Amino acid sequence: MTVENPPVGRQGVWADLVGQEPIVAVLSMAVDTASAALAGDPSVTGMSHAWLFTGPPGSGRSNAARAYAAALECERGGCGECSECRTTLAGSHPDVTLVRTEQLSIKVDEVRELVRKAAMSPTGRRWQVLVVEDADRLTEQAADALLKSVEEPAARTIWLLCAPTIEDVVPTIRSRCRMLSLRTPPPGAVAAVLTERDGVPEDVATFAARASQGHIGRARALAADEATRSRRRDVLALPSRLHDIGACVMAAAQLIEAADEEAAAIADRLDPAERAGLEQALGVGTRGVRVRGAAASLKELADQHKTRRKRFQRDALDRSLTDLMSFYRDVLMLQTGSGVVLVNEEVRRDVEAMAHRESAENTLRRIEAILECREALEGNVAPLLAVESLMLDLARPE
Amino acid sequence: MARPRAADVLGRVTLVTGPEEFLAERTVRTVIDAVRTADAEADVTQVDGAELGSGAFSELTSPSLFSTSRVVVVRQVQDAPEEPVAGLLRYAESPDDDLALVVVHPGGQKGRGVVDKLRKIGVVEVKSETPKQYELPRFVTAEVQAEGGSIGEEAAAALVDAIGPDLRALSAAGGQLTHDSGGEPITVDVVRRYFGGRAEVKSFAVADAAIGGDPARSLEQLRWAMGNGVAPVLMTSAFASGLRALARYVSAPRGLKDNDLAREVGVPPWKLRTLRTQARGWSQTGLAAAIKAVARADAEVKGAADDADHALERMVLAVTGARTTR
Repeated sequence: MTVENPPVGRQGVWADLVGQEPIVAVLSMAVDTASAALAGDPSVTGMSHAWLFTGPPGSGRSNAARAYAAALECERGGCGECSECRTTLAGSHPDVTLVRTEQLSIKVDEVRELVRKAAMSPTGRRWQVLVVEDADRLTEQAADALLKSVEEPAARTIWLLCAPTIEDVVPTIRSRCRMLSLRTPPPGAVAAVLTERDGVPEDVATFAARASQGHIGRARALAADEATRSRRRDVLALPSRLHDIGACVMAAAQLIEAADEEAAAIADRLDPAERAGLEQALGVGTRGVRVRGAAASLKELADQHKTRRKRFQRDALDRSLTDLMSFYRDVLMLQTGSGVVLVNEEVRRDVEAMAHRESAENTLRRIEAILECREALEGNVAPLLAVESLMLDLARPE
Repeated sequence: MARPRAADVLGRVTLVTGPEEFLAERTVRTVIDAVRTADAEADVTQVDGAELGSGAFSELTSPSLFSTSRVVVVRQVQDAPEEPVAGLLRYAESPDDDLALVVVHPGGQKGRGVVDKLRKIGVVEVKSETPKQYELPRFVTAEVQAEGGSIGEEAAAALVDAIGPDLRALSAAGGQLTHDSGGEPITVDVVRRYFGGRAEVKSFAVADAAIGGDPARSLEQLRWAMGNGVAPVLMTSAFASGLRALARYVSAPRGLKDNDLAREVGVPPWKLRTLRTQARGWSQTGLAAAIKAVARADAEVKGAADDADHALERMVLAVTGARTTR
């Protein structure tokens, strides 16, 4: 039996992968192999049962993993139109499990459940696909629980793990997976997607693609939302304001406050609805028998909301640090005379002023300081204190 | 309440209110003692409010065959059921001449109704408020004098430092020192000999000492605080907030009124005086170095270093060292 394949390219389930042509080629080939294996072709060898998708934030790791999952489930190798493709992409296909977290980490209990599932045969005719979209957030125990299953999954099970870099996953997992690295999509490709698919005016699309440095989700947010753009402007104004210690401390406070606000805006939209949903499910406010453990479940949800809010705060702060980094990147580009396009064309005056005033060594020290601040935040240093220290370093690098 | 005589309490209702259990207990004691002094055979009954059943109150207050004068103590009156409370209020309207009734209420909203009604009837109220921190040395002095000894202001303060705000412990320590000193005045040396150490050191005291430029004192307090189980994280956050306020203070615009300045800096107005004193001896470079040192220490106590205590000590030295950096 031969399977008819549509031509590989930017169509079908692959349409969402912006600027990732080499990856699409590799995955399409893998889909062919998988189909041949299903058809019972004895010449097929080297079918990979575990994949690790890596790539910078916004390059579309999880999209690539989903697209691959859809193509595996699809009779036509990823047409993007049949119900298999559509349900997989929407996250409701019975044989495709998507694991992502809005918490700070993926816990071992969750993974054990997943491993149990991995041992079963698919309900459909093709593959059981397990996608861990935040493999970098697996706790150490959770990763250990995965090992066995990732090494030798059941015959029709395929694991797809996603992480920003291979260093984010423990070596034991890494060595059991086939690696696939996505690249940062070129700004032109991002801008094209924004104009073609979202109908964004061309100048805004170009700005958003440039400012987001290839992060598609971020580019969409910048193109769509004025508040996001204004927050970014505020961040970019910071470097020229750090003239004394008070200004540094104020700037840090402002940055943290902005991150808190941004997080609160998202959380305040999500939390009440989820809480109301759970309350309704538990029958709070109705007469009749009380569900046992209702208060405990509500408390658990409240705790989850709290950690999620913290995660949102960290993500928001992280985005600000990325923007800040892009400013000093631009300064360095001018100082070294590399002639590369500036990320922050709109604050060129500030960038030029700093490039003339300061030495390239100091710019590198500042970039180093931002990286150190990231590390400190990861180590749970009080965010305000870490950012204060960063601002002081930016004002006067040693 | 000065030492009452039997005539002061018999035929009266004494209402003891307030959260300080030690003082309330003492008031109860003085009433009982007063009656006992006058009549050694006096009958003393003590009950908790929750134990009062219906009719129990009239039983308690009815005359006894064996003694003429009696003391009835009702503790935790807020737990008493309605019926005995009504009996209590009726009794309070026309108390018995041979009976001293003491009603103890530990403060709080529960049972507030009884207390208010008793007040309206016009009973004698003794409040047992928790003394403020600055009143504690005076409390110690009074305790020692009551025991027949004497203690200087400084020695009293040293004792409070060593023992903490627990009145029972303070009173016991005062009594012990008085007896051991054999009539001599209690000096700071005596206090130090018996009570070394410090009961509680707040992280802010450590930070203030370091920012004020006293490494020895700051390190000493740090050790005490760590020994008493203060979390290292609180220490770094106290340093961070102290230095943050100072950083805002030194670069705030000149010539602001105190209230505006306090708002600009983000501290309560009374804190400005401390900041003014601390700001002498700090340069911007020094402050920057100090804040960075604290940020480093915060990372270290959260797992970047093996020994949190050592990290904190280094932080104290770095901060006090940065102070003179011009």
